[in-house]
Amino acid sequence: MNIAADPVVLGEQEADFSSVDKARVVEALAKVLPAGALMYDAEDLRPYECDGLSAYRQMPMVVALPTTEEQVVAVLKVCSGMGVPVVARGAGTGLSGGALPHKFGVVLSLARFNRILHLDPHARTAVVQPGVRNLAISEAASPHGLYYAPDPSSQIACTIGGNVAENSGGVHCLKYGLTVHNVLRVRGVTIDGEIVEIGNHGLDAPGYDLLALVIGSEGMLAVVTEVTVKLTPKPQLAQCVLAAFDDVIKAGEAVAEIIAAGIIPAGLEMMDQPATAAVEQFVHAGYPLDAKAILLCESDGTPEEVAEEIERVRAVLEASGATEIRVSRDEAERMKFWAGRKAAFPAAGRISPDYYCMDGTIPRKRLGEMLEAIQEMEGKHGLRCINVFHAGDGNLHPLILFDANQEGELERAEAFGADILELSVALGGTITGEHGVGIEKINQMCSQFTRPELAMFFRVKGAFDPGGLLNPGKAIPTLNRCAEYGRMRVSNGHVPYPDIPRF
Amino acid sequence: MSDLTEQWRERVRAAAAAGTALQVRGGGTKDFYGRNPVGEVFDTRGHAGVVSYEPTELVATVRAGTPLAELEALVAGRGQMLAFEPPHFGAGATVGGCVATGLSGPRRATAGALRDFVLGVRILDGRGEVLSFGGQVMKNVAGYDVSRVIAGSLGTLGVILDVSLKVLPRPVAETTLRFAIGEKEAIDRLNDWGGQPLPVSASAWADGALHLRLSGAEAAVVAAERKLGGDVLADDAAAALWQGIREQEDGFCAEAAPGEVLWRLSLPSSAAPVKLPGKQLIEWGGAVRWLRSDAPAATIRERVAALGGHATAFRGFDRAGDVFQPLPAPVMAIQRRLKQAFDPAGILNPGRLYDGI
Repeated sequence: MNIAADPVVLGEQEADFSSVDKARVVEALAKVLPAGALMYDAEDLRPYECDGLSAYRQMPMVVALPTTEEQVVAVLKVCSGMGVPVVARGAGTGLSGGALPHKFGVVLSLARFNRILHLDPHARTAVVQPGVRNLAISEAASPHGLYYAPDPSSQIACTIGGNVAENSGGVHCLKYGLTVHNVLRVRGVTIDGEIVEIGNHGLDAPGYDLLALVIGSEGMLAVVTEVTVKLTPKPQLAQCVLAAFDDVIKAGEAVAEIIAAGIIPAGLEMMDQPATAAVEQFVHAGYPLDAKAILLCESDGTPEEVAEEIERVRAVLEASGATEIRVSRDEAERMKFWAGRKAAFPAAGRISPDYYCMDGTIPRKRLGEMLEAIQEMEGKHGLRCINVFHAGDGNLHPLILFDANQEGELERAEAFGADILELSVALGGTITGEHGVGIEKINQMCSQFTRPELAMFFRVKGAFDPGGLLNPGKAIPTLNRCAEYGRMRVSNGHVPYPDIPRF
Repeated sequence: MSDLTEQWRERVRAAAAAGTALQVRGGGTKDFYGRNPVGEVFDTRGHAGVVSYEPTELVATVRAGTPLAELEALVAGRGQMLAFEPPHFGAGATVGGCVATGLSGPRRATAGALRDFVLGVRILDGRGEVLSFGGQVMKNVAGYDVSRVIAGSLGTLGVILDVSLKVLPRPVAETTLRFAIGEKEAIDRLNDWGGQPLPVSASAWADGALHLRLSGAEAAVVAAERKLGGDVLADDAAAALWQGIREQEDGFCAEAAPGEVLWRLSLPSSAAPVKLPGKQLIEWGGAVRWLRSDAPAATIRERVAALGGHATAFRGFDRAGDVFQPLPAPVMAIQRRLKQAFDPAGILNPGRLYDGI
């Protein structure tokens, strides 16, 4: 079967790569890679068997660690010539299994592409290799009063290449945007080994906006070898307001009121009482433990601007019924306010052997409904869930607590997560705000998209990768998979599935 | 207020079956843009109306035929705005046409482009399938970001049915400063200021005068004004200035001589003066240089490419040829395959973007 002829055929069912011959692949790659850049023994492959979503593991067939773009081109030509799947990988911090290896494939690690090639403070751009860590860009830009705005929580470790693949966000994206708003250009290699430049150092590029497609494409369209990012002036001052509420609905309404008042805070985060309790015993941030929910609202800019905005935020919070309002008096106190929120994931890990992080996004006004539903789901699945939200943009990170060593708990946690994601879709939102679909949420894609929409995603992939070799089996479910999962959106405008509660 | 999805679906299906080219068109205010329009006119104005507007969610969802002015008035009523300041280029501009052309106005360099504010679209592809991509939420990474690709695709990938746009609060304070400086100095200063936390929201240099608009919190605007100096424009003069630039009704465009082409040069903001024959208006902190010139297209494209940018023949050009900068072969091949993916019969605004696309 010539699968390249119609990429949609590719979307019907998972392609079968079992005929890939490891010895021949190793032999061909050894000819194009220097010594030490190719690994195929089990003990060398072990560190690559999973990414940040460790519940899913798969040993790759081969790992390639090129150091030059020519080597990337050569590896891709070998793989496309032999029909071998390729999974690109940065730091492996992703939370959705996007870099999970393929059993019959090559993991293409960009870890050695770790140089900042050029930083132009006047034009406020930096050209970096994909293996450069997110935070390293801001550190390099710092002497010029600049930084790279998107700040995913893993920014100390995650790479810009991975950020491009996932369209990563962070706590400040309400005001400063996601990766897609802060990357000007990528240079990459297609599966055929063609070098493509997408976007440029100006503010737009001719033709279709391929940059928007490549950013967030989870390594399915091309392998990135160079990224130009936009740098942003560092605000002179940042200050944070902590507000406590005796009711989560009131806290949710306060979020809407802040936005309605014409304020776009630099960050706007919410935690429920169980989450607050979990982090408080871990970092002692001084959070009010009797509050049903707390909000963190950050303002940044010039000192005058911040003072003006903080006063407006305080007025809104008071009118919204906050039981307590604290404004950070100095940088140390601001960091303390944030310490708890930033420690939510490790805190969950401390109070529970395992936790499962969700990433749905919903319209802010449905926050109360979602929280009530999650409470009911705790009963249904017999598991606890603590909730932290990027409240400003409706992005939820419920952390489902479980113990993988207890029979059936992982399955229950997964079912709990699936319920949350499907409710996110039913409430008018999405299954993933910033972590990506990867392998983790691939079944829920069947709930969010119709068959023709999924077919179009496969055609879009086919426009870049006609043979379907880049990261196969991720991000976009085959129609067969959806049929097996038993859920498929029928068509737009209709209730997707009547078995989901609506309230 | 009517939903014509079903009628439109039938029409696109019939056109695909018959191989009839459709010229998808709203108010026709941007008919001049891109390569020559061809095909049967497909008027989108009947499918109009605001589907939803949630000020506290910062999202408006409207049908493609909705007048752009109506949407702007609606959000202005709640103290909000389309931050990318789209040009209308005439009465009757529609939201669908605005998104399809993907054009942004003076605020783009600091607030973001139209594509940055597209949260979701519902389209009819060239097969007549209704497809939804993106949604109404700020963060959404489920599936490829097709809605942003629809922005600026000139109707060649699908007929836009509805679009969800992010809106932002209008700034509390605004002021415009004028500096009498030359081109090189203006480019340098704009880039210097861009690296500082200043509330710059628009810039325009022409004829030895740089205008700079500051927008934001009262305190921030006042502090920046004090720091930067320059002459303060009266509010009504400032409003007229930016409106004229946004709509290309200012002196720069109005004075175009016969035979002159209006070029839009998109460049790195810090690129050196282009040194091409003709008159210039520099916007977007230096990242867009409008050039009125009768120089040969090849000369202009070559110079702009050397500076790391691309050139669009915006108005007054022979539209049978390339209006947009030709692309390298591998990128062009991807563009052609994308067109094929969305519109296999090649019936939607064929050739408006590039020959065959």
